[in-house]
Amino acid sequence: MSEAVDALTKVGMMVADAISSENSPRASIEAYRRDFDEADKSSSEPQWLRSMRRSAMDTFESGGFPSMKNEDWHFTNIAPVAEHKFQPAKKGAAVSSEALARIEYGQDWHTVVFVNGRLAAPSQGLPAGLTITSLASEIEGDTDLIKRHFSKLATPESGTFTALNAAFAIDGAVIRLAADTVVEKPIHLVFVSDAGAEQAATHPHNLVFAERHSQATIIESFVAVGADVYFTNAVTEVFVADGARLSHYKLQRESQNAFHVGTLQVHQARDSRYESFSFATGAELSRTNVYTTLAGDAAEAVLNGLYMVDGKQHVDHQTRIEHVAPNCPSHELYKGILDGRSHGVFNGKVYVHPEAQKTDGKQSNNNLLLSDQARVDTKPQLEIFADDVKCTHGATVGRLDETALFYMRSRGIGTSQARRLLTYAFAADVLEKLELEPLKEALEAQVLERFTS
Amino acid sequence: MLEIRNLHANIGDKEILRGIDLSVQAGEIHAVMGPNGSGKSTLAQVLAGHPAYEVTQGTVLYDGRNLLEMDPEVRAQEGIFLAFQYPIEIPGVTNAYFLRSAYNEIRKAKGMPELDPLEFLDLMEEKTKIVEMDQAMMNRSVNTGFSGGEKKRNEILQMAVLEPRLAILDETDSGLDIDALKVVANGVNALRRPDNATIVVTHYQRLLNYIIPDRVHVLAHGRIVKSGGKELALELEERGYDWIPGAAA
Ligand SMILES: Nc1ncnc2c1ncn2[C@@H]1O[C@H](COP(=O)(O)OP(=O)(O)OP(=O)(O)O)[C@@H](O)[C@H]1O
Ligand SMILES: [Mg+2]
Repeated sequence: MSEAVDALTKVGMMVADAISSENSPRASIEAYRRDFDEADKSSSEPQWLRSMRRSAMDTFESGGFPSMKNEDWHFTNIAPVAEHKFQPAKKGAAVSSEALARIEYGQDWHTVVFVNGRLAAPSQGLPAGLTITSLASEIEGDTDLIKRHFSKLATPESGTFTALNAAFAIDGAVIRLAADTVVEKPIHLVFVSDAGAEQAATHPHNLVFAERHSQATIIESFVAVGADVYFTNAVTEVFVADGARLSHYKLQRESQNAFHVGTLQVHQARDSRYESFSFATGAELSRTNVYTTLAGDAAEAVLNGLYMVDGKQHVDHQTRIEHVAPNCPSHELYKGILDGRSHGVFNGKVYVHPEAQKTDGKQSNNNLLLSDQARVDTKPQLEIFADDVKCTHGATVGRLDETALFYMRSRGIGTSQARRLLTYAFAADVLEKLELEPLKEALEAQVLERFTS
Repeated sequence: MLEIRNLHANIGDKEILRGIDLSVQAGEIHAVMGPNGSGKSTLAQVLAGHPAYEVTQGTVLYDGRNLLEMDPEVRAQEGIFLAFQYPIEIPGVTNAYFLRSAYNEIRKAKGMPELDPLEFLDLMEEKTKIVEMDQAMMNRSVNTGFSGGEKKRNEILQMAVLEPRLAILDETDSGLDIDALKVVANGVNALRRPDNATIVVTHYQRLLNYIIPDRVHVLAHGRIVKSGGKELALELEERGYDWIPGAAA
């Protein structure tokens, strides 16, 4: 009897705790609501957008943060983000050219810098056929483009974080590639969080329109210059028209104590080719969604990635390839290197719709555990509703090959150097797939560097 | 140079080496022969420092120092080289990068300056000639997809580059055609110097036509049961091992 009473009091106390706690998901949702209402009150945005944002805010508020019972979040506990009250970000300072050179790996790219979620430095001297504007200016001009496309691919209904982004996104890049335009130099979108983003959330929102037969390489970098604990909630919507070819690299190098959720939603028309690479080394907790729909005949998707974490980092990738149209190849290779007490998650879905005959899908996820405490949950999934398809998938979790380690040591190479070489070798084949040579070299160097010491 | 006394070694709970005594002087070539499973590779691996083997008794002195206390990489830096019976594949690490790392680590340990990639390329050009290996192999992953013979040649190439003082060749002749066998033998002979020594583990007397041993030892059931001059190899070829006391199954 007394035990039962005890238990009841305990439950009562827990409930009370949750209500009074500053750090409950409820409290943070309420804070987002207050911030939203405040902004909404003084908003001068077009009506359609205001009502769209309100409904996105409602969706976010009623849905709340996903729990681990949600199949899409089964291995990722989002509580550290959900329970944290992030402020709206303050205006950032300019990024020094030295800092920028480091972020750019010394390359000369078409660079657009956003600091704390706002455009800080637009790109100069763009070639004909390429236009880069900011989301803020498109909203201000109430352009047809933004009205037709903002949050239409990555809808607020599709998830908590896209809803939150649609409610709060104020800036980002809007990239347009005119038909037949071939842009040689990569376009680099740099998202910097500086001291003004400390304890703050930013919600960058980018739109990319690659018109018929255009070609370009886009890089998105997420970095910190002076911020430590902050939350980036990014969305990029990409439209790849007939015959267009787009390479899209995401470099998530946030601070080690930051939180990052990024959603990439792509729509591919016939004969298009979309190549994505997700490189993730930063953040205490990150979730990257890469979703593409192969909507037109013979469109090709290549989704690759490398995640490399340590300490108490948690890195989660979810990919989804929707084969809607027939004759589409999709290839996917994700590799993970996990050290310390880090935790990696990979969830790759390939849906083959009934009309998507002659689909050629290949998906793999390989993980290397460098410590006994590191762990990985990997779940490649195939759902096939067409009968004439070729699809394979597989996942591995392994450790460094002891015989190879001994072989190297027997040649005079010390243990730490041998481990470093083998770790690098593990990542070599996925890095090899990067089609942008200077970036490939930079990332290779970064992998090697990470395991020096 | 090498003094092995009463060496016992286990893998798991199984005793494989059961009291090996062997003494190798600078300038000598020793052949170790013996039936399958007798412990030849185990001896070679123990000398190279493989962590899976546990030495339970005995001593190994290398230039008067306790070899068993040295880490495998230190042994290599001190001039010990094992050509593996089954060379290991390392996908993702090129042969050139691997060899240059090994070479430079050993140079570093000796307090010598490292070679940069270009200087190393010159060295490789010279060394690949010794083993008649195509330079293109240098840009492939270590042993990955190499044929059996190519792997063995690659071991000899590594030996040629690292210039060990004590080389242990574990069945480097197995699976080689006659031309490759000559290449390997020439490689060994070309590297021969008065201050280094070689132990060749082999099943075939024919290798010993090209690499003339000073001593031949028969290893059986984890012990050296007979030793003799180079003519012992010929006798083994003819009569097998059963006639030797302690070698019968
Ligand atoms: N990891 C292991 N676990 C159990 N037994 C092992 C292991 N490694 C080797 N052995 C055993 O040790 C014995 C000696 O093996 P070793 O490889 O040294 O023989 P060998 O003389 O080199 O033979 P071969 O002429 O066939 O190369 C064999 O019986 C072998 O099965
Ligand atoms: Mg053997």
